[in-house]
Amino acid sequence: MSNALTRRPELYTTYAQDMALLDTPAKRNSVAALAVAALTVPWLVVDPVLFLFAQGFALAIGAIGLNLVTGYAGQVSLGHAFFVAVGAYTAAALTGDTDTRFVGFGLQLVVGLPVAGLVAGLAGFVISPLASRLRGLYLAIVTLGLVFLGEHLWKEWRSLTGGLGAGRPGVVADVGGFRFDQPGEVFGVLMSSQQKMYYLCFALLVVFAVLARNLARSAVGRAFGAIRDRDVAAEVLGVPLAKYKSIAFTVSSAYAGIAGSLLYTLTSVIEPASFNLLMSVQYIAMILIGGVATISGSIAGAMFLGFLPFVTRQAPALFPWISTDPALRDGGFINVFQLEAILYGALIVAFLVLQPRGLFGLWVKVRNYWKGWPFSY
Amino acid sequence: MAVVTPAGAGAGPVLEFSDVVLRFAGVTAIDRVSFTVDPGELFAIIGPNGAGKTSIFNVLSGVYAPEAGSVSFLGTDIVGHKPHAIAAMGMARTFQNIELFENLTVIDNLMLGRHRHIRYGWLSAMAWLGPARTQELASRRAIEEIIDFLEIEQYRKYPVGLLPYGVQKRVELGRALAMEPRLLLLDEPVAGMNLEETEDMARFILDIREELEIPIVLVEHDMGLVMDLADRVLCLDFGKPLTTGKPSDVQQHPDVIAAYLGGGSAVDVAASDAAADDEAAGGRGEPTAGTHDRPAETKGTR
Ligand SMILES: Nc1ncnc2c1ncn2[C@@H]1O[C@H](COP(=O)(O)OP(=O)(O)OP(=O)(O)O)[C@@H](O)[C@H]1O
Ligand SMILES: [Mg+2]
Repeated sequence: MSNALTRRPELYTTYAQDMALLDTPAKRNSVAALAVAALTVPWLVVDPVLFLFAQGFALAIGAIGLNLVTGYAGQVSLGHAFFVAVGAYTAAALTGDTDTRFVGFGLQLVVGLPVAGLVAGLAGFVISPLASRLRGLYLAIVTLGLVFLGEHLWKEWRSLTGGLGAGRPGVVADVGGFRFDQPGEVFGVLMSSQQKMYYLCFALLVVFAVLARNLARSAVGRAFGAIRDRDVAAEVLGVPLAKYKSIAFTVSSAYAGIAGSLLYTLTSVIEPASFNLLMSVQYIAMILIGGVATISGSIAGAMFLGFLPFVTRQAPALFPWISTDPALRDGGFINVFQLEAILYGALIVAFLVLQPRGLFGLWVKVRNYWKGWPFSY
Repeated sequence: MAVVTPAGAGAGPVLEFSDVVLRFAGVTAIDRVSFTVDPGELFAIIGPNGAGKTSIFNVLSGVYAPEAGSVSFLGTDIVGHKPHAIAAMGMARTFQNIELFENLTVIDNLMLGRHRHIRYGWLSAMAWLGPARTQELASRRAIEEIIDFLEIEQYRKYPVGLLPYGVQKRVELGRALAMEPRLLLLDEPVAGMNLEETEDMARFILDIREELEIPIVLVEHDMGLVMDLADRVLCLDFGKPLTTGKPSDVQQHPDVIAAYLGGGSAVDVAASDAAADDEAAGGRGEPTAGTHDRPAETKGTR
């Protein structure tokens, strides 16, 4: 009997098995393989590429956050860049040197990172009542206003941000004297800062992805879906809309805050002008390209967009009409930054029209194709 | 199946609907309607299209606020309460035009019905330890009993949007049952169903009432069903109550016959079989006898 059951791994005998996160052997195996691959990458690729990975992981945390509020709960937010900024500045101020002209408290990253998440989450909680009053396009526009408000605030609050064009030093990744942002020996092995940061970002991504996945499969995640699809029916089932929209915004913003603090651990300067509409649009692009209302899609989308500049920066070598100079002094037709912006737009449109479920949907198609092979359906 | 103890058996009525008035621009959808529902009772509301039946449900579940009158559920005045607060007290409902979450699976739809029993917060959910895990498993066990009861085992993991209409109607009933309600409101549970599906549904309604002892308010155009199942019937016309009483008496009531005939309907209510069961044709006065067309699936409740 037990033999017969073990030979049918997709037959569940308890509800706990049926509800498990990694419910099939295929999922368990592929996650294990991915984990092994992810752990070996730092020893296989060069530092600049490693940086892109680490940045991709940090972006993925932010993308998961946006997907919770926009993908799962259906509340379109263009304000994500604002919460990323709140997190970045909170962490930078908390971990920054006490004796520079910028606000700095000289605290450890173990304090800076969680508090950045908390402060950003709190900001999300404060603006969440807007979401229970507005919906759809109106909410999108109001959250967009948040980005403009933020841009002004960051420009003026010089002691915190350094002001336009100058910026302030990024987040200091110091944990009990162990510097993630500097090369050094770990258990007798010399590691570059990129290798260390890679592992830090990877570990945090795993933690936050699992937390988000748990939230999504819980009663809270179901309530998000109910609000997104039919809000009247949700209310009549006993789901208070305002409460769940507020939870969605709070958690989403906290994720943005964590992402912000990690991102500026990787880069040494925080430029206030970077928290603009384009940044919000990039996060939207990540979840649309990766897959709406999926955690793995958020990660895929973030990695995809994180590596996009790497690809476009190679373009000038191949096509002389693409310029590396923002002012096009070398006679190019467009510069790489414009090329990137155009690609974001083109990719969003292409995915929305051709593959609304994003990379995740594409993957499901491929998987089903191979499951059914050699039959096409 | 998780059995609900009948709401304070022996105590007063489960529901008291007194002198309620609801107006929309130009129409009085509910015009001084009063009725009560007793513990364990199956109370039916009938009336031609546009009589105000669905509007009564919307007042009950807090979607519309009445202009006058009072509504008392389990002894509490619920006028002005938010729909989610009323649901949390144990009022469950199905909709005339199915309001399921099409993208979610049958399991998730039913699990949503359990929402009022969930006692863990989002932090616990993220950690998936202790309360979240135990309560999710308990909910799952509870909805599996409902899945068994409604004989929808084979559809468990399908997004409900892909399921046939008759099955969707069942899933929606299941979602309401998952709430372990203390009062169940059914808005045209057999509309658009064929004979076999109708008989299945009638069997489920009877079982809910007899085994689970949940009081039910039933709105239905299928006179045969109403006559067979209901303890008492209220007939409305243009928002006004015509009469309330035993099914056989209501059926014979001259005002009731006039309301149906006066509307130009070709159906004789007294001929107690599947009468006027089609509201898809829309307007009052459409000859509707005998047709079982499925109502065009429209979104939105009202
Ligand atoms: N949201 C609304 N706005 C305006 N008028 C409404 C609204 N909801 C209902 N009505 C009107 O109130 C009256 C009663 O409608 P209601 O839906 O309650 O009828 P019903 O008895 O359920 O009819 P049916 O048998 O067709 O379902 C109708 O005249 C309808 O047009
Ligand atoms: Mg109706």
